[in-house]
Amino acid sequence: MESTDTYETDHLKATELRLGLPGTVEPQKQSPATASIKSNKRALPECAKDCSSNNNSCASDVKDGDCACAPPTKAQIEGWPPVRSYRKNCFQPKKNEPDVTGMYVKVSMDGAPYLRKIDLKVYKSYPELLKALENRFRFTIGEYSEKECYNGSEYVPTYEDKDSDWMLVGDVPWDMFTSSCKRLRIMKGSEARGLGCV
Amino acid sequence: MDCKRNRDMKSPPPFPDEVLERILSFITSRKDRSAVSLVSKDWYNAERWTRTSIFIGNCYSVSPQIVIRRFPKIKSVTIKGKPRFSDFNLVPPNWGADIQAWLFAFASAYPFLEELRLKRMTVSDESLEFLSLKFSNFKALSLLSCDGFSTDGLAFIASNSKNLIELDIQENAIDDFSGNWLCCFPENFTSLEILNFANLNSDVNFDALERLVSRCRSLRVLKVNKNIQLGQLQRLLVKAPQLTEIGTGSFLQELNLQQYAELACAFNHFKNLHTLSGLWEVTSVYLPVLYPACTNLTFLNLSTAVLQSDELAKVLGHCPRLQRLWVLDTVGDAGLQSVGSSCPLLEELRVFPADPYSQDIFHGVTESGFLAVSRGCRRLHYVLYFCRQMTNAAVATIVQNCPDFTHFRLCIMNPHQPDYLTDKPMDEAFGAIVKTCTKLQRLAVSGLLTDMTFEYIAKYAKNLETLSVAFAGSSDWGMQCVLDGCPKLRKLEIRDCPFGNAALLSGMERYESMRSLWMSACNLTMNGCRLLAQEMPRLNVEVIKEDESEDCVAEKVYVYRSVAGPRSDAPSFVLTL
Repeated sequence: MESTDTYETDHLKATELRLGLPGTVEPQKQSPATASIKSNKRALPECAKDCSSNNNSCASDVKDGDCACAPPTKAQIEGWPPVRSYRKNCFQPKKNEPDVTGMYVKVSMDGAPYLRKIDLKVYKSYPELLKALENRFRFTIGEYSEKECYNGSEYVPTYEDKDSDWMLVGDVPWDMFTSSCKRLRIMKGSEARGLGCV
Repeated sequence: MDCKRNRDMKSPPPFPDEVLERILSFITSRKDRSAVSLVSKDWYNAERWTRTSIFIGNCYSVSPQIVIRRFPKIKSVTIKGKPRFSDFNLVPPNWGADIQAWLFAFASAYPFLEELRLKRMTVSDESLEFLSLKFSNFKALSLLSCDGFSTDGLAFIASNSKNLIELDIQENAIDDFSGNWLCCFPENFTSLEILNFANLNSDVNFDALERLVSRCRSLRVLKVNKNIQLGQLQRLLVKAPQLTEIGTGSFLQELNLQQYAELACAFNHFKNLHTLSGLWEVTSVYLPVLYPACTNLTFLNLSTAVLQSDELAKVLGHCPRLQRLWVLDTVGDAGLQSVGSSCPLLEELRVFPADPYSQDIFHGVTESGFLAVSRGCRRLHYVLYFCRQMTNAAVATIVQNCPDFTHFRLCIMNPHQPDYLTDKPMDEAFGAIVKTCTKLQRLAVSGLLTDMTFEYIAKYAKNLETLSVAFAGSSDWGMQCVLDGCPKLRKLEIRDCPFGNAALLSGMERYESMRSLWMSACNLTMNGCRLLAQEMPRLNVEVIKEDESEDCVAEKVYVYRSVAGPRSDAPSFVLTL
């Protein structure tokens, strides 16, 4: 196997397009992440034009006399693009991971003949979820407050958590809620008295 | 006071000094004051006695002694130091621009100094301590893009500057040891109106910050750093409903419904907010809390918020009065479409690259985003646009839509990149800009450019004051054109261009009417620079010599006019020729 490899690489080398003199072999330079490319003097327009169509800036390679255009990762040019360093450190771009499986939970409403199912992953916050429930079941939920729960509403949203306890929706941060919610129950206000809200 | 009246009494002045001085004290514009000082000796004197605010664009163009001798009554000083390319690490550390010599001189000449605004200067902790102790009436400190100090230095300012109104620490490269400096404001200190520590990295003592905000009833600008969480922000906002500029901290904290409601309620109170920034890690969950505060917003800085196009669109729908917008290119062309449709009053747009080193052309914005903005925002006159592709045709259309550009800074991030549709150089784009935008003051060029671009600039850009050039041009002729054809050019910064000694020397006569010239990675030699220095003794011609370059090559050259002579504090790697 080895012999065919060397045969191939030799022939590939011979046909490789370079600007160097035939017969000269440049040592393969590893492009360090932050090489400082100095004196990028004469950007030969022809070479720059050829290279740029590959979407690689070969400007940094030109001075080596070797316009290989091969490696897709060019060495970084010192101070280019002209972006202040404090801006570079700021952030990681958000990764919008698509959720393959939804988080469907049953929703029951006191007095309704059948249950529904909703996908909790669709909603990003409590207000969104509550609005969706209001729309789905055609009722209104009052204003949430820690003391008075859902004040002045006929119905109160509750959920069963991992420990099988019935909890009031809204007390814990959203992500904690979505990870512990097994099912939802929209309870009649009169029944909700037992949950600690007067 | 008497000495100034000791002059020839040959012809009595048309009116007494006091009257002239009273009149001149109303003139605040720098340019007007310069003009006034040239009228006559009397006017020169009256002007210098009434000037209270001084701007020094290049700290080495003049010495502290000369400034003090001419202007005896200065209360506010603004000084700029290093060449602008130092922002991109092209200037080695310890280059200079140290404020200490200035402070020494000011301590005796201007003991009642009130304001100090520095840009690209080196400021040590000792200098900050000196400042806090020697100037009892000190009111405003603004440090932009400075280095050399640490949070210890800030502690001195907080402890000792009893009359402080403004503390604005922006974008500096400093040592951030701890946030304890904030605790150093005394409990009876209440005068602060502007506090900006958005770019500091360490945790500040939140209790101290909260107490500070509570007792400074005139606080109108508060920009915190990203260590301040949402819950904490809410508490601060509730204590300072009079704020007109808010820089939030991080939006990452998870809030329960109660906290969310409280945050929304807090923002709901800010009907007079005109500037909003920060918003690190903001997600679409929390963006809605900002909407009520955006009605009168004129400046929205989203350059540290990673937003997608739909998120931006929703926000902008609530910002009808927006004049200035800074965003990341994650919003994409679609996001910029919504800028065009939602912000008819927009005057300034800056689009920063979220991922500057990625070569993936599918990230970021293109010419179509810019076009969309230009169609909807006809008042646009300032743009900074980082992109990975552009066409000549698009730029021509853009400037037809918005002919009033005063600042056009286009950065096609791949050096030497041509028009991606025609494969031609981008010369016609910049030609269109300078032909159409007669008010153009500042231009930054990029992409594949031949000397033609510079011919266009020389022929049409008659109001151009600042020009930034990188990886462009074909020969000396390009630079020669510009030096010959742009009478108002003051700042010229060039990197990685094929301009050599002939180009440098062709501008010999020009440099004395310019603030400065920077050329790095061009074709200059030491001999060429020496020749320039010889011919023009009132210029400082400095070469930055770093070890790697050959002896005769002048790798980095900085030329500037000066009445103070060559620098006395130049480090070993700066050769004054």
